[in-house]
Amino acid sequence: MDNINTFRQLYLACKENNKRIYEVALDYEVSQGEYSEYQIRLQAKKSLDAMVEAIKTGLKSTELSPSGFSGNDCDKLQKRYEKSTSVLGCVAQKIMTYALATSEQNLRMGKIVACPTAGSCGIVPAVLIAYAEEFNISETDMINALITAGEIGKLVSEKMALAGAVGGCQAECGVASAMASAALTQMRGGNVKQIINASTLALKNILGLTCDPVCGLVEIPCVKRNPFLAIHAVTASELAMADIISKIPADEVVDAMEQTGKLMSPLLKESSQGGLAKTKTAISLEKNIGSFVKY
Amino acid sequence: MHKSSIIDIISPIMAGPSSSHTAGAVRLGLLAKNVYNTVPHKITFKLYNSYARTGLGHGTDKGLLAGILGFSVDDERIKTVFETPEAKSLNYEFEFLEDFNRHPNAVDFVFEGELNMKISGNSVGAGEIELTKINDFQTKLDGKYNTVFTVYKDVPGVISKVTGLIQEDNVNIASLHCDRSAKGRDASMCICIDGDLSKNCLNVLTNFSDMYVVRYIKKLES
Repeated sequence: MDNINTFRQLYLACKENNKRIYEVALDYEVSQGEYSEYQIRLQAKKSLDAMVEAIKTGLKSTELSPSGFSGNDCDKLQKRYEKSTSVLGCVAQKIMTYALATSEQNLRMGKIVACPTAGSCGIVPAVLIAYAEEFNISETDMINALITAGEIGKLVSEKMALAGAVGGCQAECGVASAMASAALTQMRGGNVKQIINASTLALKNILGLTCDPVCGLVEIPCVKRNPFLAIHAVTASELAMADIISKIPADEVVDAMEQTGKLMSPLLKESSQGGLAKTKTAISLEKNIGSFVKY
Repeated sequence: MHKSSIIDIISPIMAGPSSSHTAGAVRLGLLAKNVYNTVPHKITFKLYNSYARTGLGHGTDKGLLAGILGFSVDDERIKTVFETPEAKSLNYEFEFLEDFNRHPNAVDFVFEGELNMKISGNSVGAGEIELTKINDFQTKLDGKYNTVFTVYKDVPGVISKVTGLIQEDNVNIASLHCDRSAKGRDASMCICIDGDLSKNCLNVLTNFSDMYVVRYIKKLES
């Protein structure tokens, strides 16, 4: 089987064989000899189960993180939605709640799925599971959607490492959002072009997002960024389903992202030496945190 | 080297909050445990730079200890590892240091016991790790391959004897990395292989003359 290292190659392989993205992605991986289709589907199923579990546990908990900075926002959001409905409707409401639930589970050392990373762990599950619940999507279709998302993340990772220290948050939450938009578009029955466009639009709109965590912890701004970028993924899918296309093709957007990551100052790439991490409030939080973070 | 797979993107299932500072720490501990391979009287964990500064907020200390105890990255006990009977029966301590010559996420495991050993490693991002030094020897261990690590007397023919033995076991060598302290003194070999070595092969290897240390380090689950 020919190499599939770019979005262009993925698109052509789908078109040529009249297959969906997850089918071509599976064919390709199997042809590489490292994993069988069964192994990949089994991991996807395990990851999906762990995502559901993290949401369930996260929805019920108000336990704060070791720093005490966060941990009770999902509870606040749920209480609000008991009284009033989101202006975006109940799917979006569920997506935001699930993203916070997962993200808060992460900071209290709960079990989550790094998808693609731990800091961005709330985005893909929120969009995938909230939509599947509301629209009665079967487990097999959810797994196909997760594999589709995985293929998008993999193609980006061929060009750049998915790590805040390398590419800023565009490479973590940004890529998670692109993956989530692909999963959503797959579940909605979007065609291959629409799925690739959804992830391209999501990625394009998040170029340059910095990684400047306060006190070096995966908390501020990471936790709240998860519900934001989950909804961002929905916007991308909405546009793509209307056949709105990205004028800049997917592979060029990834190139731009890689270049942007390189141009970004190291102060803004997970080093906590700039941006939000060096604000007056962040510095004072850093002083108070001294009691538990030894040096 | 290892090509990225969809599986890498949609996993691991892990205890939060950070792939580099939590899951990476567990994996470093697991690999170091496999290298040391016996129960120590005491372990000192030396955390450097970002690992030292933000480690406690990320549970890096818990992760390193959990790895040494053999817990996997998704083990529910990581969060409360200090309270586990396994941890209570172990003598350990943590040091938090700064050294700009080291990687941002660097750690030393200092084992004391019948065998003293110092193992250094880094968490290089997204849960990926590397052990860079065992005692004074440079190594390249990332947990992705089954690996033979040996310390032996630096005399002619040892490398050929060892690789010949692996060939007889019908196993392919993926990479081979050697280092030595000084000519004619101690040397080390780090051999990453495809597949698995037989027990018999390992027995023969362990009983070679001039071999001081032989470890078979199984690859980590991804």
